[in-house]
Amino acid sequence: MGRMKIIPDAKKKELQQILEISGENVKDCMQCGKCTAGCPASSSMDILPHQVIRLLQLGQLDKVANSQTIWSCASCFTCTTRCPRNIDLAKLMEAVRLTIIRSKGSSRLKADDVPGKIDPKMPQQAIVSGFRKYNK
Amino acid sequence: MQRIGVFVCWCGTNIAGTVDIDQVKQAAEKIPGVVNVQDYQYMCSEVGQNLIKNAIKEQKLDRVVIASCSPRMHEATFRKAAKSAGLNPYLVEIANIREQCSWVHKNKEEATEKAIALVRAAVAKATLNTELVPGEIGVEPRALEIGGGIAGIQTALDIAEAGYKVDIIEKTPSIGGKMAQIDKTFPTLDCSACILTPKMVDASTHPNINLYTYSEVEAVQGYVGNFEVTIRQKARSVNADKCTGCGICTDKCPSKKAESEFDEGLRKRGAIYIPFPQAVPNVPVIDREECLKFKTGKCGLCERVCPSGAIEFNQEDTLVTQKYGAIVVATGYDLINLDKFGEYPYTEHPDVITSLEFERLTSAAGPTAGKFLRPSNGNKPKKVVFVQCVGSRDKSSRGKTYCSKICCMYTAKHAMLIKEKYPEIEVYVFYIDVRTPGKNFDEFQRRAVEEYGVNYIKGMVGKVFPEGDKLQVHGVDALSSETLIIDADMVVLAAATKAKDDAQELGRKLSISTDANNFFTEAHPKLRPVETHSAGIYLAGACQGPKDIPETVAQSSAAAAKAIGLLNKGKLVNNPCVSQVDEQICSGCLACTKMCPYEAISSQVIEVKEQGKIVKKTVAHVNEALCQGCGGCTVTCRAGALDLKGFMNRQILAEVDAICL
Amino acid sequence: MSLENKQISSENTSNFKPLIVAFCCNWCSYAGADLAGTSRLNYPANVKIIKVPCSCRVNPNFVLRAFQRGADGVVIAGCHPGDCHYTSGNYYTRRRFTLMKNLLEYVGLEPERFKVDWISAGEGNKFAAVMNEALEQVHKLGPNRKLRDARWKR
Repeated sequence: MGRMKIIPDAKKKELQQILEISGENVKDCMQCGKCTAGCPASSSMDILPHQVIRLLQLGQLDKVANSQTIWSCASCFTCTTRCPRNIDLAKLMEAVRLTIIRSKGSSRLKADDVPGKIDPKMPQQAIVSGFRKYNK
Repeated sequence: MQRIGVFVCWCGTNIAGTVDIDQVKQAAEKIPGVVNVQDYQYMCSEVGQNLIKNAIKEQKLDRVVIASCSPRMHEATFRKAAKSAGLNPYLVEIANIREQCSWVHKNKEEATEKAIALVRAAVAKATLNTELVPGEIGVEPRALEIGGGIAGIQTALDIAEAGYKVDIIEKTPSIGGKMAQIDKTFPTLDCSACILTPKMVDASTHPNINLYTYSEVEAVQGYVGNFEVTIRQKARSVNADKCTGCGICTDKCPSKKAESEFDEGLRKRGAIYIPFPQAVPNVPVIDREECLKFKTGKCGLCERVCPSGAIEFNQEDTLVTQKYGAIVVATGYDLINLDKFGEYPYTEHPDVITSLEFERLTSAAGPTAGKFLRPSNGNKPKKVVFVQCVGSRDKSSRGKTYCSKICCMYTAKHAMLIKEKYPEIEVYVFYIDVRTPGKNFDEFQRRAVEEYGVNYIKGMVGKVFPEGDKLQVHGVDALSSETLIIDADMVVLAAATKAKDDAQELGRKLSISTDANNFFTEAHPKLRPVETHSAGIYLAGACQGPKDIPETVAQSSAAAAKAIGLLNKGKLVNNPCVSQVDEQICSGCLACTKMCPYEAISSQVIEVKEQGKIVKKTVAHVNEALCQGCGGCTVTCRAGALDLKGFMNRQILAEVDAICL
Repeated sequence: MSLENKQISSENTSNFKPLIVAFCCNWCSYAGADLAGTSRLNYPANVKIIKVPCSCRVNPNFVLRAFQRGADGVVIAGCHPGDCHYTSGNYYTRRRFTLMKNLLEYVGLEPERFKVDWISAGEGNKFAAVMNEALEQVHKLGPNRKLRDARWKR
């Protein structure tokens, strides 16, 4: 294991974006691990929920972005309800996912393509959130 | 015309370096009313003071203006000098030409000009100064202690030993408080009851201490030295004078459904009960909610079996009013309600207990006679899990943001108590941080780990699932980042401490403030830790913030020292610069009474002569003992009937005029 | 150029010596002024302080009288909200002088001539800064002629 290089400000812009999207402050966390202890999906995670926050606190955004964990998170909000520091970890996970989705490639959904893709059974909300995720 | 003396101080070169003393003297001599002007290098020195004293006597001065440093430095010195020369000290006025002139200005011409203006203003004010005599108020040589836990007992004993009468008001039927419920104390593991009960007995037998148990504060009036407190003595339904404490009634009582408050609900008690065997006073009380006689009218068994005829079903609450010089508040703390912590099934599972319940379970006088057994089935547990910070350091609405301070230590104590009796039981402690500042505290906690083999795990418990007759504890070890599952038999929750629910209500009665967490606020967090903003009211123990026993006792003795200091004065001198009402002008609108932060202004009816007839008229009346002299009321008064002695409207206007010349 | 304007410009250029009257509460702001002194923080000599027990002792009359007597600016300084020695005095000050400021503006006085500020006993720096700022404002506005009573000597 190599020595971790901590450069908290290296990814400041990206980190700031994540904190803005989620509206959460990772500094509130005091690493009690209650999120991990209660997480039903923790067995399939390579880094544990409380480590996600710790890595974000340390500015190690790449480790979080490249992890399996953010895709294993089921957004069940167990961590959110139980966190004694009022941090919405589920939101933070979603924010990390969003930054990845947004940055990869160009717009994968154009407004002109939408009419052809509409399924009458599809809820409107899904279209909106699809736009949010796949359109830059 | 007044005979005013002006004394200009050089303060070495501090003033004389930037201010032309001669010019100031010349200007002062020209001010009407000024008959004597002198200067000296150090006016505050003995020589300087003698200069002033002699001038007062020889020149028959009736006002003195000293142009020198800030009044915050030497006003008291010069007032004392004037007094010794026979001049009323409030006829001395200071012109601050050092801090607010020579030290902040470099240009000698400008500084001199300003110094002259300041002297002019001081003379203008002094011309209108009047003789003021501070009033004296007596101090009732008796203290009130609200709360009869260890804090209240310690304070009461200290005050009583100093020779003053003390009354203790305790809400529950017995004094003793939380400490009486505790089994052992950290970090010495000595028995809590063994050190507390002698103090309880001392308090009850001390000739200077009077107990009001099963009583509450109904109302508080008055002010420092002269509080008038109405105490509600709740009906015990037992005549304390006749009762011998034999206990026959409590044995015979057929209703045994109520949960014992003292044993945290782990044991049942009768409708007539003594909270615990060492209770002081050892007199039972009837719980009217539970008693069959009160619920159905039938029964009355206790009355029939009582050998001394002490049962009185028709007793009523009584109100007692008593005067006190000082009040010490020591109402203590409670544990928070854990209903909202669904992940720890405290409300559902009997084997999930709070730390205070644990104290009762290990106590030799407790429901299991000191045997540590599972409440659900009476078996001995094999694995016990402790969870710290349940609701402490918690920013969510369920908990408290502060650290409860005592949990780290008592959890280590609990773990050790288990290991000492039953070394084969596995003990786990989940913690976020272990905080052990205090004499021998860290050594104590480390002993739990190193000698007793208690497993400390940095991490929290996410969920406790009841499974079969076990409790499955899902936790995490944050250091190794491994999730853990422990099949525990019991889970002990270190619930956060909180202020008493009625702290705010009591605070309102006493006019003392509470913080965002309902703990009473001290006057200054560092320098006045046991005083409140209300003079004569002091704080002791956990009602001011989470505290352990040694800290509580230390603070209690500190509060006692403050109270004794006040009672010992016998008389209080009040500030003579208080508001006064011109009854002729006062229209009786009483707008001032609403504004006054000290409730010092009340209304009174006076008789005045109006067109030859005597008529009654409502006017405002200032209680000089309560008035602190802020002067806010003078501005509120529409009629201009209120004025502040020492800072009268015309004095301040004269200063404005003089400055603007 | 009218006579009045001429007078103003002459005063502006030559020796306009503004006068600022500061009412300071005994417990915070007066002590803050003393601290500015012990820290030797310079501020112009045109600021003259009157001590009052609490900022709530300042009657709007006092402010008017200062302007009437030719003061070019008036400052009221009290303890920070929540820190009042008398618990709630400065809240009254805040309310009263918010209204007062409206009134002064209504009668045509430049509102910048009058300000209420909170200066604690530890804020010697702030005291000097507030006074310098007030003086700067007054210098910009020139002498107070609107509320000044011409019969007064200044």
